Amino acid sequence: MAQGAVAIDRTAINSKTGISAALFVLALILLALGAVISRAEVGAGLGPSDWAAVRFTVLQAACSAVVSVFLAIPVARALARRRFIGRAALVTLLGAPFILPVIVAVLGLLAVFGRSGWLNAALEAVGLPTVSIYGFHGVVLAHVFFNMPLATRLLLQGWQTVPSERLRLVAQLRLTPRAIFRAVELPMLAQVVPGALALVFVICLTSFAVALTLGGGPRATTIELAIYQAFRFDFDLGRAAVLSVVQLVLAGSMALIALWLVPVVRVGGGLDRVMPRWDARSGLQLVMDGCVIALAALFLLVPLAAVIWRGLLGLPQMPAEVYAAAGTSISIAVTSILVLLVLALPMAGWIAGRKGGAVETIGLLGLSASPLMIGTGWFIVINPIADPFDFTLLVTILVNAMMALPFALRILVPPMRDAVAQYERLSAILGISGWRLWRVVLLPRLRAQIGFAAGLTGALSMGDLGVIALFADPEQATLPLQMVRLMGAYRMDAAAGAALVLLALSLGIFWICDKGGRWRAEA
Amino acid sequence: MKYLTFATATLAATAISTTAWAETPELVVYTYDSFVSDWGPGPKIEEAFEATCGCDLKLMGVADGAALLARLKLEGARSDADVVMGLDTSLIAAAKETGLFAETPVDAEYDLPVEWNDPVFAPYDWGYFAFVHNKDLTPPADFKALGKSDLKIVIQDPRSSTPGLGLLMWVKAAYGDEAPAIWDAMADNVVTVTKGWSEAYGLFLEGEADMVLSYTTSPAYHLIAEEDDSKAAAAFDEGHYMQIEVVGKLAGSDQPALAEQFLNFMVSDAAQTVLPTTNWMYPAVTPSAGLPAGFETLTVPEKALLIPADEVPANREEALAEWLKALSQ
Repeated sequence: MAQGAVAIDRTAINSKTGISAALFVLALILLALGAVISRAEVGAGLGPSDWAAVRFTVLQAACSAVVSVFLAIPVARALARRRFIGRAALVTLLGAPFILPVIVAVLGLLAVFGRSGWLNAALEAVGLPTVSIYGFHGVVLAHVFFNMPLATRLLLQGWQTVPSERLRLVAQLRLTPRAIFRAVELPMLAQVVPGALALVFVICLTSFAVALTLGGGPRATTIELAIYQAFRFDFDLGRAAVLSVVQLVLAGSMALIALWLVPVVRVGGGLDRVMPRWDARSGLQLVMDGCVIALAALFLLVPLAAVIWRGLLGLPQMPAEVYAAAGTSISIAVTSILVLLVLALPMAGWIAGRKGGAVETIGLLGLSASPLMIGTGWFIVINPIADPFDFTLLVTILVNAMMALPFALRILVPPMRDAVAQYERLSAILGISGWRLWRVVLLPRLRAQIGFAAGLTGALSMGDLGVIALFADPEQATLPLQMVRLMGAYRMDAAAGAALVLLALSLGIFWICDKGGRWRAEA
Repeated sequence: MKYLTFATATLAATAISTTAWAETPELVVYTYDSFVSDWGPGPKIEEAFEATCGCDLKLMGVADGAALLARLKLEGARSDADVVMGLDTSLIAAAKETGLFAETPVDAEYDLPVEWNDPVFAPYDWGYFAFVHNKDLTPPADFKALGKSDLKIVIQDPRSSTPGLGLLMWVKAAYGDEAPAIWDAMADNVVTVTKGWSEAYGLFLEGEADMVLSYTTSPAYHLIAEEDDSKAAAAFDEGHYMQIEVVGKLAGSDQPALAEQFLNFMVSDAAQTVLPTTNWMYPAVTPSAGLPAGFETLTVPEKALLIPADEVPANREEALAEWLKALSQ
């Protein structure tokens, strides 16, 4: 027994690099927080309005997460069961809303659901009362628009982990779709849904501009808005630090609960064959899947079309400086991908080698830390030693990688777990360990997921305004910053053009990585 | 060996060029981001000032006025900045409280609607807050009429945006203790509240609201840059609240003479002619050539409102609480 444990320990992925990566991320956050606290004066605690903000934040994040993920289930299921022309394009476009700059996406949504949007124009035309998007439902609608596609992609990955032999078996047994759902899909969902819920919850937790704008007023105050106010207008670092801690604790505890719930189910090994689907061939199932896909596509693509249309109109007015900024953004995105992979792969390996999934929470903390807190904290740390302006790009890249880390972990950990479970013993017997284990066994098996994670990171980094807006050198402008500057200078049309370039580049980098990962593999 | 010689020579050359470059004095000016953007006043101001100062002007952009002050507080006396440009009248009191600014003599005949005799800060441009609308709309005559109407407006959040805070001060300056009642009446007119000016203005252009909180100079942009005369600013009978943007010298500056030269440059013709059509505000000193064509079409308020800088902080607290109460119901 003792010998067995030793053997497995030797073959299991070296956990040291994984632990170092996790500690590095934790240090980045805690050092920033510590720096902010070190400069804080003892101030008042949280007032009643802060607690109202906490309540609203949690409520909207929970609702948004539940609605996003549960709507994503039928969409992912339909996409997993069907092959059709344009499916690959649709799957790529699922990444689009998520990577759009917030304000661009909001304007796209308003073109459809706004006061003078297409929906209300249609309602008016047939004599029905118009609807208002502003309010709690508007906040949830926007968050679903951002996150449902992401959840769909995560769940779709789950469906892909189902071995094709199992689907062949259920086809031979002529199981009904319902029985297949219970026997095959439900256990798989139990593994991926809690993680997806936690991720979307944390994303929505730090929402600020979307929640405020679509929430219709100060009722929709989130913690992030209070942090923003404390940092900038009140310059109350104590309050900012307390609020940041509240945000971290909320995200951390929710993530912990969700990831605790993930059952450690071994789906069982297959032969990694492509997966023809024999089930769900009846007419009713076909019509249902068709409707689900069409509705989801409509919900995502119509606002997107509005963004693209406005962008095309604005493109001729876009100044040439925007292209220079695009170059900066591309190099930031590529570097962020590299940093992310260096952090995420060892961490995923470490987490996959453990029984519970709770350490993944560390990854989620990076996302829930207010960028303003991280930016200010690091400013305080760097300022006595060097000129913070010189570190803008470095901090931007680190923050980008940190923000993408939870997505990457959510994408990488489940298949990594399976790969480790299946090939651990075999590798041990063959004496494969260390770098060879990664190269021969793990990386080829995780290729699709690595591509997806890299693509998402690239796209996120491309579109993120983040800390660059906090300390931007005039020469270091990124594409999102140039877009915001155009808007600030009344040039909304040119900004729409810049947004289109941004969308094209983000989707481009996402597509290249994602496609690269799935090259000659079934998606 | 050859390579080594080459490397040494290159290093030496770099060292020399660095020293030569360091001899040109450098003036570091912190300002808000839109000032330094390629289409803002930054590039032209830099060119004009460097032509006369024999120095290197470094304009550093920091988000907006509020972030600028926060940045300064973080850096304290160690700041590299010599000059801070872009604080406005509602931030002056907080800025002075830091004790980081020094009095600077600035020689100018200001064309402001109010008297200016602040020894620390020099105004370089200014504007009136106003609700901008499409010309086909008949605007309300004042806040009371707006409250009674069913017009929809978009405003900025005073907790995250300077114009948003300006509106609070506007209502407070016009109505004092009556302000809560005005906000109560206007609550149902507010479609939504945005994080910053750009979002609100974007929403307005998108047709989400009939009017947006902006400046009386906003229609000038559409008229001059886009040849579109469909926008106008509503004139309110109560008068309009002003935003005056100021520039000041830091006490810790290692280039005090150059900093003083820059402050005086900002109120000179060379800078003042650049500002109206890049920053879209009124120049603090009307240039000898007058205002650009198109500015004469703008709404000119009958009365200018401004709460004295030192009374802003107390008023802000109160007004913010009233605003939150009225709009959270």
